[in-house]
Amino acid sequence: MSKFSLITKGLLKENPTFVLVLGMCPTLATTTSAMNGLEMGLATMFVLILSNIVISLIAPVVPDKVHIPVYIVVIATFVTVLQLVMQAYTPGAFKTLGLFIPLIVVNCIILGRAEAFAGKNSVWDSALDGIGIGIGFTLSLTVIGIVREILGSGAVFGWKFISGDGILAFVMAPGAFIVLGYLMVLFNKIAKK
Amino acid sequence: MAAKSTLTNMVLCLFGVCFVCAALLGAVFVVTKAPIEEAAAAEARASIAKVLPAGGEISAEMPSDAEGIGGYFVQTSDGAVTAYAVKSVAGGFGGPLALMVGVLPDGTVFNTSVLSHSETPGLGAKCTEEGSRFREQWKGFSGALSVKKDGGDVDAITASTITSRAYTKAVAQAVALVKGMSGGSAVHSATATHEPAQKTSVDGTAAAPKTKEDQL
Amino acid sequence: MEYLLIIISAIFVNNIVLAQFLGICPFLGVSNKLSTASGMSLAVCFVITLATVVTYLLNKYLLVPFGLSFLQTIAFILVIAALVQMVEIVLKKVSPSLYQALGIFLPLITTNCAVLGVAITVVTKEFTFGGESHLLGLGEATVYAFATSLGYGLAMILFAGIREHLALNDVPKAFRGLPIALISVGIMALAFLGFSGIV
Repeated sequence: MSKFSLITKGLLKENPTFVLVLGMCPTLATTTSAMNGLEMGLATMFVLILSNIVISLIAPVVPDKVHIPVYIVVIATFVTVLQLVMQAYTPGAFKTLGLFIPLIVVNCIILGRAEAFAGKNSVWDSALDGIGIGIGFTLSLTVIGIVREILGSGAVFGWKFISGDGILAFVMAPGAFIVLGYLMVLFNKIAKK
Repeated sequence: MAAKSTLTNMVLCLFGVCFVCAALLGAVFVVTKAPIEEAAAAEARASIAKVLPAGGEISAEMPSDAEGIGGYFVQTSDGAVTAYAVKSVAGGFGGPLALMVGVLPDGTVFNTSVLSHSETPGLGAKCTEEGSRFREQWKGFSGALSVKKDGGDVDAITASTITSRAYTKAVAQAVALVKGMSGGSAVHSATATHEPAQKTSVDGTAAAPKTKEDQL
Repeated sequence: MEYLLIIISAIFVNNIVLAQFLGICPFLGVSNKLSTASGMSLAVCFVITLATVVTYLLNKYLLVPFGLSFLQTIAFILVIAALVQMVEIVLKKVSPSLYQALGIFLPLITTNCAVLGVAITVVTKEFTFGGESHLLGLGEATVYAFATSLGYGLAMILFAGIREHLALNDVPKAFRGLPIALISVGIMALAFLGFSGIV
């Protein structure tokens, strides 16, 4: 697999949201607006890249029986680092994303990639994989966020183009599921071509 | 590819990883401690400035045992108290509704802003919309502190009575606190002295004229 | 009275899956058959309640008094992972039939965001009852965790029933599988929105 395709596969063939269907919880909860989706995607990508790198570095010396708890400790450490850094330097985003920042620890994408890829590949490849999947995840979240924001608030990235409210159901729970469902159909149609 | 799963290996590995991670976290914690406190302080300062008249100096946070009050700040100008900023909490629709209420010493509300809420988007959450009818009425409010439905002077948000009631209650708590202070001899800061010209109303609610006409 | 409010709020008003978006991955993955859905709900109920109690105590008596709150995430997830391991071992010895019935679901619960989510919510979020808000005590936290997992089970079982019917229907090809499932959940969530305002 060429190095470039390692990055691009996260966009289409192995898109974590629409193809692998991983990391659903933050996908549904944090896409109430385009900006929120973007922030969540970037936060997750940060942890994914770093944990992929570290795990592929230490995988050769980790005994098989304890590899899951060890991976979890590594991932949890980077999530906590992210938490502290966000709390200090981006308090607005920290407040908006709230509970879902610590929940990055149990985001199936990160542990999944650690198991499936980082544990068995070189550091450079693992980093690229992290970047690819991370970009795919961020883009998916941002797109969902854009759709929900347009339909639900009549705005994009905070820039309102109608006065008053949109269809509020879209920034609330039902809208998340419905938008994701329809976008999945759209994605599958596009990806098949 | 992985090392052998002997007991020593496993224990060593776990300990090693935990040790390194703990060290890293400790370091990051120490580095970010000051910025985190600074960010919180900046946020607090901004939320206070929003609800007070410009200028003057703001005291440190004063504690309070009053119901629903998280604490308050005193704004002084040339040694005289010009306003109070009170953190007040009431139970809203989806969770606690926390407000910063700027109150003049005579009990008139200068302005309000929302610190945190769990209200429904499009309904109760409208209480965060600056410039809306609901929010504007609070600027200089000195009427009866309950919603019109309950016989007061507060114009509620359409279809969000519970949120409106909670908002009103939080403001009422703040006003009550200030009235309790201005009337009494409570010492709240070393520099505060009451100007003799500042009258404190004995019964600020019923007698005060409405300052905002109903927008119907 | 407060306990009743907690229970109704956790099951209907703030349903963990349909309103809080926690536990979605297993929710979508396991709910295509009623039997697997029930098995998973049982396992989740057990783990969430137990994990919440342990993490609550850990937080109250170890993390907070020593100023170690920043280690909350890492401590909680390790407790949950260890707990799930222990439950597996104990269950295998004590009730092999139940262990068989739960099968693969048990280890998967470690990565179920609902467990970590509830554990963190319980120690950080303030709850409002009749105008007063405060953090939960241990008893209230346990009831909340248990009720939350009941809400999870309810949503899963309802959904499994719907999915079994969907499988027998003529769904357009592009929508088959997850997309139509997601849209159905969306409509379910819309229905559950009607519960808001009860407490």
